[in-house]
Amino acid sequence: MSVAPVEQRLGFAEPVALRTGWRVLPSRIFTLCVVELQKIRHDRTEIYTRAIQPVLWLAVYGETFTRIRAIPTGKVPYLDYLAPGIIAQSAMFIAIFYGIQIIWERDAGVLTKLLVTPTPRAALITGKAFAAGVKALIQALVVLVFAAILGVGMTANPLKLLGVAVLVVLGSGFFSCLSMSIAGIVLSRDRLMGIGQAITMPLFFSSTALYPISVMPGWLQPITRVNPLTYEVDGLRSLLIGTGGHLPLDFAVLFGATVLSITAASALLPRLAR
Amino acid sequence: MSASVDNADTNAPPPVAAPAQARGSDPGAADADPGLNANVDADPGSGAVPALQCTGLVYAFKQFRAVDEVDLLVEPGTVYGLLGPNGAGKTTAIRAITTLLPVPPRMVRVFGIDAARDPMAVRRLLGYVPQQLSADSALTGRENVAMFARLFDVPSKRRAARVASALDAVGLSDAADRMAGTYSGGMIRRLELAQALVSAPRLLILDEPTIGLDPIARASVWERIGEVRAATGMTVFVTTHYMDEADQYCDLISLMHRAKIRATGTPAELKASLGSPGATLEDVFRHYTGDTLDEPTREGFRDVRSTRRTAARLR
Repeated sequence: MSVAPVEQRLGFAEPVALRTGWRVLPSRIFTLCVVELQKIRHDRTEIYTRAIQPVLWLAVYGETFTRIRAIPTGKVPYLDYLAPGIIAQSAMFIAIFYGIQIIWERDAGVLTKLLVTPTPRAALITGKAFAAGVKALIQALVVLVFAAILGVGMTANPLKLLGVAVLVVLGSGFFSCLSMSIAGIVLSRDRLMGIGQAITMPLFFSSTALYPISVMPGWLQPITRVNPLTYEVDGLRSLLIGTGGHLPLDFAVLFGATVLSITAASALLPRLAR
Repeated sequence: MSASVDNADTNAPPPVAAPAQARGSDPGAADADPGLNANVDADPGSGAVPALQCTGLVYAFKQFRAVDEVDLLVEPGTVYGLLGPNGAGKTTAIRAITTLLPVPPRMVRVFGIDAARDPMAVRRLLGYVPQQLSADSALTGRENVAMFARLFDVPSKRRAARVASALDAVGLSDAADRMAGTYSGGMIRRLELAQALVSAPRLLILDEPTIGLDPIARASVWERIGEVRAATGMTVFVTTHYMDEADQYCDLISLMHRAKIRATGTPAELKASLGSPGATLEDVFRHYTGDTLDEPTREGFRDVRSTRRTAARLR
């Protein structure tokens, strides 16, 4: 207080020219992505602990089922077939609990303050979806490296790996927005926790992450075909190990689902602050 | 107590008597204000536009009217206090003003901009400190403030200096690079002030800014606000249930009780209206509402509890 007169110290008092129009949304999305990266940098423990599960899926489940050859995967070894599925699954498991984070931010008053800044709701949601995507990418990298160590033959084509990254980010973007949409409906952490637990396994088991659609019971197949995780897995599989392959459809479905879920979550977000 | 008296009070344009001088701050503060208009398209830039105008503001949660026909007129450059006990409807009024609650057109105007028609334009003018102590505990103090600087388009070249100066103004320079999760309640509140002030808001809205703080931290919060006001001519709209604070720091006060405004005036006018020398604002409040401030109302102390919970979690 005794350092300098008030007028000199109040360097922040000068007014700012604020953005208007179309430039607001990209600028705010960028800001919130930066903020989410700062948070990830401060606390990396989640990233380490989250890596344990997918590694176990590959090392224990994958190795075992490769040996017993119970699941028909054609000429591809089961472990190779499984690796892309585990990338998608581990990304979904992170993303599906993002609604809890946004409810936590509501409870902590942080979200309320952000909603009073000139920030489009879609930017707040996209920032979170981006963070889910970044965490999923780190996971994907861990799974890829570990799978390579286990001898899974995967592509080294940089363009295809870029496609993998895009699919992973879109997939976790979709599931995090799905979770935040549910948060905007149920409004409480406990209820969301229950719903999150209730839907992750059905989403996982009704996708093609663990086994091909041909071995599924008839009643499950239509569900599999509307499950976005199926398309993520299919896309990853065709990029990484070159099987399956409806790439344009996979990208289109995931892109559409992500845009739709961002829209839904943005519309439901203000309910959290009422 | 007597509704007719109250209405007479609220309908009349509130008397504003050279507010800035009473604080001993820069008397030219209000004059400097139109200069800040440059960046607001929708604002006609006339000094006559009230900083905040609520006209017949009503907000109901299902059957319960939390805010009922509230009229407010806040002149630019003044400190306006909304006083009332817990559960009076102050926070709901603030949430309607800050665009958090949907309100119909023509009920809330900030510098002439209708909050229902153009909420984004209103948000560009606001600085907001909610009742609940809230800083992102996963970020450092500096990052918390920088986030708000970015969200209000402070150019990257000037951002670092501006964030540093805002942190300095609230006395957090030394703690700036610690995680906000390690801050005490008083520090979080000051951090929130820095967040709200870094965008040079034209209207600073504070909801119970000193709730749960010790007397020293309370005085410190008001000191910072006073300094910034003196330098910028910023308008302040504050709710509180501390009568002494309102008396000391507000130019104009509205007493709110059970969703309605019961009386409006300067602290001196309100005290004089009782006709008994030595009357305090506490007495004034009792006179107009027939109630004491300590009485827990329907809503109880839910809001206060939630504040404490946050403080505990942030620690």
